[in-house]
Amino acid sequence: MEPQHAGVVLNIPELDQCVHCGLCLNHCPTYRVTHLEPESPRGRIHLVRAVAEGRIEPLDPVRGTPNERFADHIYLCLMCRACETACPSGVQYGRIAEAAREVLGPPGSPLFRRLARLAFTQVFPSPRRLRWIFSALRLYQRSGLQWVIRRVLPRRLREMDALLPAVPSRFFAPGADVMPAIGTRRARVALLSGCVMSTLFGDVNDATIRVLRRNGCEVLVPRGQGCCGALNVHNGETVAARRMARRNVDVFLDAGVDAVIVNAAGCGAAMKEYGHLLRDDPDYAERAGQFAALVKDASEFLAGLGLIPPSGRIEMTVTYQDPCHLAHGQKVRVQPRQLLAAIPGLRLVEMEGADRCCGSAGIYNITHPGMSQELLTEKMAAVGRTGAAAVVAPNPGCMLQLRFGAQRYGPALPVYHLMDLLDRAYGAD
Amino acid sequence: MALSRALLARLKEIVGPVYVLTRPEDVVVYEQDAFLVAHALPDIVVLPGSAAEVAGVVRAAHEANVPLVVRGAGTGLNGGSIPIAGGVMLVLTRMNRILEIDPRNRLAVVEPGVVNADLTAAAARHGLFYAPDPGSQSVSTIGGNVGNNAGGPHCLSYGVTGNHVLAMEIALASGGMTWVGGRSVDPPGYDLCGVMVGSEGTLAVVTAVVVRLLRKAEAARTLLAAFETIDDASQTVSEIIAAGIVPTAMEMMDGVVMAAVEAAIHAGYPADAGAVLLIEVEGLPDSLPRQMERIETICRAHTPRMLRTAASEQERLLLWKGRKEGAGALGRLAPSYYLHDGVVPRTRLPEVMRKVVEIGKAHHLRIGNLFHAGDGNLHPIILFNPREPGIMDKVVRAGEEILHACVEAGGTITGEHGVGIEKREYMRWMFSDADLLAMQRVKRAFDPSGVMNPGKLLPLGTRPDVTIKPVMTAGMWT
Repeated sequence: MEPQHAGVVLNIPELDQCVHCGLCLNHCPTYRVTHLEPESPRGRIHLVRAVAEGRIEPLDPVRGTPNERFADHIYLCLMCRACETACPSGVQYGRIAEAAREVLGPPGSPLFRRLARLAFTQVFPSPRRLRWIFSALRLYQRSGLQWVIRRVLPRRLREMDALLPAVPSRFFAPGADVMPAIGTRRARVALLSGCVMSTLFGDVNDATIRVLRRNGCEVLVPRGQGCCGALNVHNGETVAARRMARRNVDVFLDAGVDAVIVNAAGCGAAMKEYGHLLRDDPDYAERAGQFAALVKDASEFLAGLGLIPPSGRIEMTVTYQDPCHLAHGQKVRVQPRQLLAAIPGLRLVEMEGADRCCGSAGIYNITHPGMSQELLTEKMAAVGRTGAAAVVAPNPGCMLQLRFGAQRYGPALPVYHLMDLLDRAYGAD
Repeated sequence: MALSRALLARLKEIVGPVYVLTRPEDVVVYEQDAFLVAHALPDIVVLPGSAAEVAGVVRAAHEANVPLVVRGAGTGLNGGSIPIAGGVMLVLTRMNRILEIDPRNRLAVVEPGVVNADLTAAAARHGLFYAPDPGSQSVSTIGGNVGNNAGGPHCLSYGVTGNHVLAMEIALASGGMTWVGGRSVDPPGYDLCGVMVGSEGTLAVVTAVVVRLLRKAEAARTLLAAFETIDDASQTVSEIIAAGIVPTAMEMMDGVVMAAVEAAIHAGYPADAGAVLLIEVEGLPDSLPRQMERIETICRAHTPRMLRTAASEQERLLLWKGRKEGAGALGRLAPSYYLHDGVVPRTRLPEVMRKVVEIGKAHHLRIGNLFHAGDGNLHPIILFNPREPGIMDKVVRAGEEILHACVEAGGTITGEHGVGIEKREYMRWMFSDADLLAMQRVKRAFDPSGVMNPGKLLPLGTRPDVTIKPVMTAGMWT
C-alpha cells in the first residue's frame, strides 16, 4: 500500500466535474490581474487534484505546516465564486477551495495564523467577547491613542490601521424580542443580527427591521444566536464554525418562523450552506438542511413577498455593487435591482463589472493588501465612470471596502446598504 | 530532462525571475490544456511580457537545444500545448495588448495573448467585429486561434482564422524576428503568413498579428429547429446546402448535449428532442424573411417538432451562449470526454452521422454531438469515466473509427481543432510519405534544431532523440 499523504481527504467528488474548458478564467479577478494559470479557478482546481492524487504535499510531512507555495495559490483566491457563475458544468469551486483551506488552516505568517485561530475559536463564537473587542477599538479611536499610534507604526501596520472602520457609539440593541408587523401581518421572520452588522452597522439592522415591519412582517431577533461562521469556513477553521452553525440552527428553528432574514450577503451564503457544513453530523444534517431552506437575503425575501412600494421620493442616481456572495454565492441579482427600481425618484446606472469583486472578501483586504487595493482601484474607476452620486452594496464587507475606496481613491461618494435607502423612502412618506 | 542552470539563469534575466516558474506547485497546472486525455509536465514555464522577451526566450531554447512549447489560454482540444517532451513552456497570456485598431482600413494589430472576445468588443466600438468565433472565444487567445487555424459557428460564411490574418510578426528559432504577410491583400513573395497559420507552434512564435475586421451585418435572424432524430436534422442540413442556401451559421446539437446545456443556462432548448439545428442568416433586414422562409420550408419536410425564431436579441444571444458553452457544460454528464473533430462532405452528413451512432453503440459508449453542421464539421463527443478500467482503449478506438469513417466518406481528420498530439499518427491516412517529407522540410527550414513543439502535428520520427512521454492514457486518474 502506498503511504498515506495529507491530501487524500481532498479527493472530493466536486473535482470530477471540472472538464478544464477554461471558461472561468476571465471571470476570475486574480487571473485578470496576474494572467497566471495557478491564480485561476481551473488552475487551483488542478492543483487540488494534484494534491488529492498525492503528487503535491499540502503540508510539510514532518512539521505539519502548510506547503507555502500551495497555500499562496489557494489563499490568493478571493472566494468570490464568480467562476461558479461562469462555469457551464456547474463546478462548485467554493467547496473545493474551502476543503483545501480546511487542510491548510488559516493563511499568513505563523503569528498571524495563531491570532486568526484565536479569533475564530475564541472571539467570533462569543458575541460578548466580540463586543468587548469593538468597544476597545472604539476607545482606541476616540481617546486620541490612534492619532498617536499612527505616527509611530511601521508602514504595513499603518496601512492596516487605516482600513479600520470607525466604530459607532452604539451597538445594535433591538427594542424588543418580537416586533409587530405594521398593517396586516404577512409573515413572521427572524433576523440574523450578525457580528459585524450588530457592531459596526447597528443602524442598518434597525433599518432592516423597520422595512420588514412596514411590509407586514412580525420580526424576531432571537436571543442566543451568534456569528454565522463564514469567516472561519473561508479561512480554514471548521471546528468552531460547525459549533456556531449548530447553535444558530437550534436558535432559529426553535423560533418557528417563515424565514430567517439576513442583510449581510456573506452570512446569507454561508448559512444557506449549513446543510453542507454539517453533512456528516448525524444529529444535525437534516435540521441544518431545514434551516438552510429558511434563509433568505432581505432583498430576496422582500421581492418574493411582494414589496409594498414606498411613496417617499429619493432624487438620486446610484450604482449597484453586486456583493459576490449574493450574486455568485446565492444567485440573487435581480431582486435588489427590483427593490431599487421601486423607490420613486431613484435612478440606477449600471457600472462595468458590477458583479466583479471589490477586493474586500472577508479578511482578504488585510491578508492580501496589494491585490485587494488593485481590485478596489479598478472598482472605484468603474464607479466613477457611471457618474452616480452613491453606491449601493448590501453587504458589510463591501460597504467598508467601498467607503475606504471612496476616501482613498475617489470619487468621494457615500456607500449605502439597500435597506438604508428603502427605510429612507418609507420614512419620507 | 536535465536543464542547465545556465538556461534557467538566462531565462530569468530575459523575463525577470517572477515570470520564470519551476516549482511543482506552479508548473503542474500547465501540464494540461482542454484536451483531457493526456498530460505532461513542463520543466520551466516562462511568461514573457514583450516581443523582444519572446525572441530572447526562443533563442535561448534553441541554443540550449531544449524543447519549446507555446501556450495561450490552454483551451486547445488536440493536446498541442501539452509539453510531451518536457522543456520550456512559453505562455503568452501576459502579452494581451491591442496595439492598434484602424477602423478605416478595417484591421487591428494585436499581441498574441489578446482574448478573441476582447478584440471583438474593442472593434465593436467602431461598428466592426472579428469574425472567427470559436466556442472558446471568451477565453482563447488570437495567438492560439492562429496557431490552430480556429473555426467557429459563423465561419460557414465568413471563413476560418486563416482568412482573417493579414500579417504577423514572428520570432524565429534560429534567432531574430521577421514580419510575414502584409497590411494590404496579396503581398508579393511566398505566402509565409499562410504557412504559419495552423502550424501549431512547430515553426516559430507569433509575437504580433494583423487581423482583418469586418463591418457588422445590418440584421440577423436565428431559427431554432428541433427534430425527432439526428437523422432528420442531418437530412435537413444536406438539403439546405444542396438548395444553394448559405446561412451564416448552421449548428447541430443532439439530445445528449442539450440536456447539459439546458441545465447550465436554461436557453429554452427542447431537452427531449433528438437534435436541434441553430440556423442564422444575416444581411439587409428586407432580405431575411425570404431567406428564412426557404429554410423553414426545407425544415418542414422533415417533420420538425418545433420551429422557433428568436424573438429578441436577448433570446438570440442566449441561444448562442448555449451553443458556445456546450462543451464546457459536459462536466454535468461525465467526469471526462474526448471531443473529436472530423469533416465530411455535406452531402454525406446523414450516413456518417448514422455511422457515428453505430460506433457508439458497438463500443457501449455514450456519444454526444455538438457541431458545425453547415460545414460538415463533426464534433462527436465521447463521454466517459476515466476511472473505469480499460475505458481509454475503448474511447481511443471508437474515436479512431469515427475519424476513419470521415476519411472514407471523402472528408478529413480535423476541421478546426488542429492535429497536435491527438491526430499526428492519423496524418498518414491523409498524406503519403512524400507529402509528409515535404512538410518536414518546411519545418526544418524554420526550425533546424527541432526544438519547436516537438512531437506535434507531424507523425513521429521528426526528432528521434526526444523521448516522447506516454500520451492518450487515462489522464491523471489512473
